[in-house]
Amino acid sequence: MTEGLHLAVALDDAGWHPGAWREPGARPAELLTAGYWTDLVRHAERGRLDFVTIEDRGASAPGGPPDDERTDLVRGRLDALLIAARVAPLTSHIGLVPSVVTTHTEPFHVSTQLATLDYVSRGRAGWRVQIARDAGRDVDDLVAEAADHVEVVRRLWDSWEDGAEIRDVATGRFVDRERLHYVDFAGRHFSVKGPSITPRPPQGQPIVAALAHGRHVYEFAAAGADVVFVTPTGPDSARAIAAEVRALTDRPVKIFADLIVYLGRRPDGELPESDAHTFEGTPGDLADLLAEWHAAGLDGFRLRPGVLPADLLSIVDDVVPALRERGLFRTEYEAGTLRGHLGLERPASRYAASGPVRSAGVAA
Amino acid sequence: MTKRQVILAAHFPGVNNTTVWSDPAAGSQIEFSSFEHLARTAERGRFDFFFLAEGLRLREQRGRIHDLDVVGRPDSLTVLGALAAVTTHLGLTATVNATFNEPLDLARRLATLDHLSGGRAGWNVVTSSDAFTGANFRRGGYLDRADRYTRAAEVLQTARELWDTWPAGEPVADAATGVFTRTADPGAFVHKGRHIDIAGSFGVPRSPQGRPLIIQAGDSDAGRDFAAADADAIFSRHGTIEAGKAFYDDVKGRMARYGRRPEQLKILPAATFALGDTEDEARERAHHVRRQQVSPQTAILLLEQLWNKDLSDFDPEGPLPAFDPVLDADSIIKGRTRLFDDPLATANEWRALAQEKGLGIRDLIIEVTGRQTFIGTPASVAATIDDSVQQGAADGFILVPHIVPGGLDEFVDTVVPLLQERGVLRTEYTTTTLRGHLGLDHD
Repeated sequence: MTEGLHLAVALDDAGWHPGAWREPGARPAELLTAGYWTDLVRHAERGRLDFVTIEDRGASAPGGPPDDERTDLVRGRLDALLIAARVAPLTSHIGLVPSVVTTHTEPFHVSTQLATLDYVSRGRAGWRVQIARDAGRDVDDLVAEAADHVEVVRRLWDSWEDGAEIRDVATGRFVDRERLHYVDFAGRHFSVKGPSITPRPPQGQPIVAALAHGRHVYEFAAAGADVVFVTPTGPDSARAIAAEVRALTDRPVKIFADLIVYLGRRPDGELPESDAHTFEGTPGDLADLLAEWHAAGLDGFRLRPGVLPADLLSIVDDVVPALRERGLFRTEYEAGTLRGHLGLERPASRYAASGPVRSAGVAA
Repeated sequence: MTKRQVILAAHFPGVNNTTVWSDPAAGSQIEFSSFEHLARTAERGRFDFFFLAEGLRLREQRGRIHDLDVVGRPDSLTVLGALAAVTTHLGLTATVNATFNEPLDLARRLATLDHLSGGRAGWNVVTSSDAFTGANFRRGGYLDRADRYTRAAEVLQTARELWDTWPAGEPVADAATGVFTRTADPGAFVHKGRHIDIAGSFGVPRSPQGRPLIIQAGDSDAGRDFAAADADAIFSRHGTIEAGKAFYDDVKGRMARYGRRPEQLKILPAATFALGDTEDEARERAHHVRRQQVSPQTAILLLEQLWNKDLSDFDPEGPLPAFDPVLDADSIIKGRTRLFDDPLATANEWRALAQEKGLGIRDLIIEVTGRQTFIGTPASVAATIDDSVQQGAADGFILVPHIVPGGLDEFVDTVVPLLQERGVLRTEYTTTTLRGHLGLDHD
């Protein structure tokens, strides 16, 4: 699979087109049910996709009324991380990457929630870092807060070394407290003591992903994320962006391009403006485009289906086979964890090497 | 006349010394399979709900992380979200702190769980203010102790306002007419209060139960009033018939003041159990479990909690300290509420008891702490549970097994059929929501 590309889909309500909920086959009355989300994720798993992301904008941002008075748009949504947890026991391989907001939320809670998603999915959790809009604060400050947030969450995941649970009947000790670590983070927006209440999750560090449209967020993503979603407009910009992001870090960061895709019937009229390149055409043409952009230096793609479930089904049933014909996509899962799908090693805890020496014999 | 039905809940064993990890049957405290096993067992026993406790900082004693007990737990609502996928009827409830969570986020997550479980969500509202736990959070330990319940009440009030924002019937989602919602902003809300001042748009449409079940666990006067005014169930500590009746009458007697009827609040004491084919065997097993719960090291540690002093040089099989507990120092234990109101009096009682029965430290600790609520044959335990409910000492029990994940298996296999024979426990679920199971109206 070293030659292959990675493929994810971004799930959002009834699809990324605002009118998607009225299309034939849409299930607008079921957007708040477990069955709807389970079916979508199972479709994606049937296609052997790396992961799904689930959109969310959080609760804690100063909400205010919607920007419009329209009554023909989807309103109301569920917490994405809980959707992922609900789907986890009903799927077996696909990565589950909910959006979770960093603005105003508690890093301690976010850390244990994602670690728990990693437990209930047995190593398939990821986190799409979401910065909420906040009219009262500038973007630099929000990004800086997000960077601190990710740092704390990652420290907390490492705060229990692997093997901290010893169950040593002779000494009566359940844990080795030398392998539990305070994270002692002190920053501008919060200070967090640690250790976590949750043992180190199965992947050690669940996957962190971020969407980045420009230099400032590239820097944030390169420093803290494992997967970066970028928005090139063609193979040349894909090449340039990939090079720019890779130059910012030595870490093994996977670069995915976001694409909005319409593969069949869609709402009438002009397509809405979007932050990402919009593709409209046949599955074969999309496979050609993915192959070309992949060759330009991208590791993978996050496809945003315009209409659900129709465009997701077309990705799974038509685009994926077309990629396989080109030798660019797996036919079966070769790993059981999200890290495994992405070819990323399970890292050791940052505290494991620097921790106190437990006995003279250990160092030798 | 039909007998009053027994409400049963299953408490996932907690992070403390009553959860036995040294037994060969003890499994993982954190793997999802353990949660799944216990929840499926409870559902097989036609229990009303599953219950999770909370602890937001690892406990410390004498400035060091406590290492003798089971430790490590998941985020409660996330695990419940996953359990909703592997159960169909069982209520799913979690303890979530009202101090270290924001009401908007909490209301959103609970409403989501209610949607994703088809109306099975419940929230045990607890509150704390200690700076020790607060060190893990943005808020820190900012809250005066006296403000704990006023903030908790306001968080709950705010959550209810948020759950009530979306009218029933929204969203319409009518593709033919193109109307998704009747109004552009069905979740609009404003809350201006002493502790909470927020406005915006609540994101989650009305959930199947309207409002998730509200549980309360405090035992203080303020806690009892809070429950009488606002809760659907109480997690009580009063498991014996005598103490249970007094508590039951006290709390239900407060409800009229808040315009509520006694049957709108279910009183559920925590209960532990040890079963045997004979009463003698049950007693032996109870004692065996107690020895597992109180290891020699744990005995010294529990003794230190009363004496408030390092006693690590003491022999667990030897006599109690001759000197008195230290009263004028800070508590050596953090992350857990103070256990003793009058340490001197308790120490004198313990020394007298040890003297009288000839007990060393470990046996004394076993004697004075945490004896099982129900010890006996399945028939006698079923009878005791039934009697407690018929006599008005409880509406049911929250059972706390001593071992993960199989600690409830025997109870479900042996006691549950007897309760069903007695006509006090359903043989099949006849309702789909947690409020439905408890005979409570949907809000």
